[in-house]
Amino acid sequence: MSNSRWPFYALIAILFFGGIFLSVYRHIEYQVPWMPGERLITWSVEARIELQADNEPTTVRLLRPLNQNNYSLLDESTASPGFGVAYLDEKNIIEWTKREAGGPQSLFYRATFLVNNEQESDKSKSPDVLSVVWSEPYQTAANQIVEQVNQRSAGSVSFAQQLFLALRENNENISLLKQEVPDEAELAVKLLNQNNISASLIYALKLEDGRRRQSLTTLVKVWFDGVNIDSDQSIVFDPTTGQRNIPEDYLLWSQTSKPILEVVGGFDSIVTFSIIKQRESIGAAIKAQQNLEENLINFSIHTLPLEEQALFKTILLLPVGALVVCLLRILIGLRTSGTFMPVLIALAFIQTSLMTGLVGFLLIVFFGLLLRSYLSRLNLLLVARISAVIITVIAIIAIFSVMSFKIGLVEGLKITFFPMIILAWTIERMSILWEEEGPKEVFVQGGGSLLTALLAYLAMTNDWVRHLTFNFLGIQLILLAFILALGNYTGYRLFELIRFKSMVDK
Amino acid sequence: MFANPFSLHRLGILGMNERNSRYVSRYNPRRLYPLVDDKLQTKQLLESSGINVPELVSTVKEQSQIEKLINFLPASSGFVIKPAKGSGGKGILVIQQVECNNRQFSYIKVNGDVVDINYLKRHCSNILAGLYSLGGKSDVAIVERIIEFDDTFSDFSYEGVPDIRVIVFKGYPIMAMMRLSTRASDGKANLHQGAVGVGIDIVSGKALHAVQFGKPVSEHPDTQRKLSELQVPNWDNLLLLASQCYDETGLGFLGADIVLDVRRGPLVLELNARPGLAIQIANGCGLKPRLQLIEKKVSTLKNKNLNAAQRVHFCMQAFDTSANGAITTAR
Repeated sequence: MSNSRWPFYALIAILFFGGIFLSVYRHIEYQVPWMPGERLITWSVEARIELQADNEPTTVRLLRPLNQNNYSLLDESTASPGFGVAYLDEKNIIEWTKREAGGPQSLFYRATFLVNNEQESDKSKSPDVLSVVWSEPYQTAANQIVEQVNQRSAGSVSFAQQLFLALRENNENISLLKQEVPDEAELAVKLLNQNNISASLIYALKLEDGRRRQSLTTLVKVWFDGVNIDSDQSIVFDPTTGQRNIPEDYLLWSQTSKPILEVVGGFDSIVTFSIIKQRESIGAAIKAQQNLEENLINFSIHTLPLEEQALFKTILLLPVGALVVCLLRILIGLRTSGTFMPVLIALAFIQTSLMTGLVGFLLIVFFGLLLRSYLSRLNLLLVARISAVIITVIAIIAIFSVMSFKIGLVEGLKITFFPMIILAWTIERMSILWEEEGPKEVFVQGGGSLLTALLAYLAMTNDWVRHLTFNFLGIQLILLAFILALGNYTGYRLFELIRFKSMVDK
Repeated sequence: MFANPFSLHRLGILGMNERNSRYVSRYNPRRLYPLVDDKLQTKQLLESSGINVPELVSTVKEQSQIEKLINFLPASSGFVIKPAKGSGGKGILVIQQVECNNRQFSYIKVNGDVVDINYLKRHCSNILAGLYSLGGKSDVAIVERIIEFDDTFSDFSYEGVPDIRVIVFKGYPIMAMMRLSTRASDGKANLHQGAVGVGIDIVSGKALHAVQFGKPVSEHPDTQRKLSELQVPNWDNLLLLASQCYDETGLGFLGADIVLDVRRGPLVLELNARPGLAIQIANGCGLKPRLQLIEKKVSTLKNKNLNAAQRVHFCMQAFDTSANGAITTAR
């Protein structure tokens, strides 16, 4: 028997040492740190432009972000099959050109920013104040607002501050103007210009790890006026809140009010952004740029487009959850309802945050069981019954979302992150268990599932674990080796030590 | 609170992981599972090869047959209605006696309740709809003649038929336990519901050691009968019957549930491809030394297979209580 097993043990060893080798190689060659937070944080931002080309010469111009407060540009790159690319430095513009393009086109621009504390002085010249002309009755309304705000302010900045306050009031003039200019930021700039204050729209991107298909946020930049202050100084307002300065975690994409994307020779163009947070040393970031061609050895998720990377960040955590389930079932002997259901619940917890997730899960399962107990009296066929439970779960989720929103608990909306089909099966299983084995077994298995989900959640949200699984693909091989080795474990489970206790005591 | 795993190992106690990977998945091919998961199939298979099973009266397969259920039931003797794919004793209805007044039948359950034909119809309908089968799959109702169980056991059991579980490994009966229902187990012979498990000596059929809820007991909690006085009659035949189940099903690691009928002797009630491990607690003895002994025996025999009687004979010698300790230590 030991003879037939050795290829299996060899496989485990190969996986284990292969994983270690890959990880160590990546650590040494690419200077990826073992610990999170040990090095600097970088944000990779990817703009994806999609358009329909017209079968004629096509030019696409995209504004690109520059060095700014707290963020320094490390590197930038593009992917654009068949297009010529030019970085126009003075204008902060990247330009793609093609003689003849037809059909749907996708262009990518990626920039990596390093988070630091360097302050970049912003010396952009104040734009000329545009003359503002309104048609009636908007002219009167605008005049009234400017007049009111002017009385409450002392200079351009305080005027702007008061204006943003006024814009959120519910008065007739404001609502009238909002009919003409629905965008608050645009309206603010227009009113500022009317009072002879130079201002412009700028665009910023909220940096959130793993986000895909994001769009830019509009902010308003207001220049100082007056004699004793340098006329090139400016301040940024968030038009939705009226707060001064750029909100934290926002990357300024463009410092001018020029359009982000200009397309000649195409239509239906759209630009969306993906964001990912990484921890790497500067050396590695620079090196990665150099090694872009020889990616075979640099076995890394980082070579994928950002959108896919963000997806993988979650997918690569699943083996950790699976390992937790293996440990708890094989070594401890914990009973759960559904083998990997707890991992999926843990994934939902990651998205909802733990407390909301726990409460939501218990609520859904509780009400699901109530309704299921009615369904069981109807003696339906299995498939129809589960389908009915799925619809019930959706209804419960919808009701809770609406109810919590009405009460003002925005947290409640996160309940929609739960995997509904999985929940329906969980309810079905628990209900059968209740009928066959009684409520005690439901609590044992339900508690076991929740405990497993909780532990899997803790493992999967651990910074170090996230760092290792995403940055070292070798870890996956090590996890696989562990799980294979566990599958070979024939020793006792922890609970069996209790179960058979009386036999030893004899 | 925890037992030392090394002392458990020294006692040769089989754990769940080892049962699954070393025995169940190695000796029980998946394709044979349907044979034992469907009691009707098991019954027909065993019956056709001359192994005694409770007498099949009829099967109810379609809802339309329920209207004429009366034709499917014995008119004078007691009977049992059970689902073919039920598990853990769920959905089993035992009718002790049938009475007929003015062509009106009334049925008396074990606990004395009297029910009418409509009650039985509803029960059958539930079985066919899959109320008791795993995953709610549609099922078949089996009607069997009632087992008239030996009076010698009447003091040992509370409202239920005691059955004997024999673990049969490669055709060798290696360990046995009798399950006695109690008031706590609600007349069911399920150990985790509170039935008493009595380890039975493979050599003599006498009680060795008994447990309820994992703790040793010396008498039946309801009838106060001393459990040490328990002796299974016709023990050799019972083991022979269990051993033969291996030849018919091909399952190497098998739990055979056997009941004793006063007239027909031991009958095979059902077979289990994943027998539980509680039998070790009831016997106060681990399965592993016995499993290993049989593995060694089978490998020395090469292709020469013993018949059931020879296998039983081997076990009765090898597992002599006096030699029992010898196996454990000589390993």
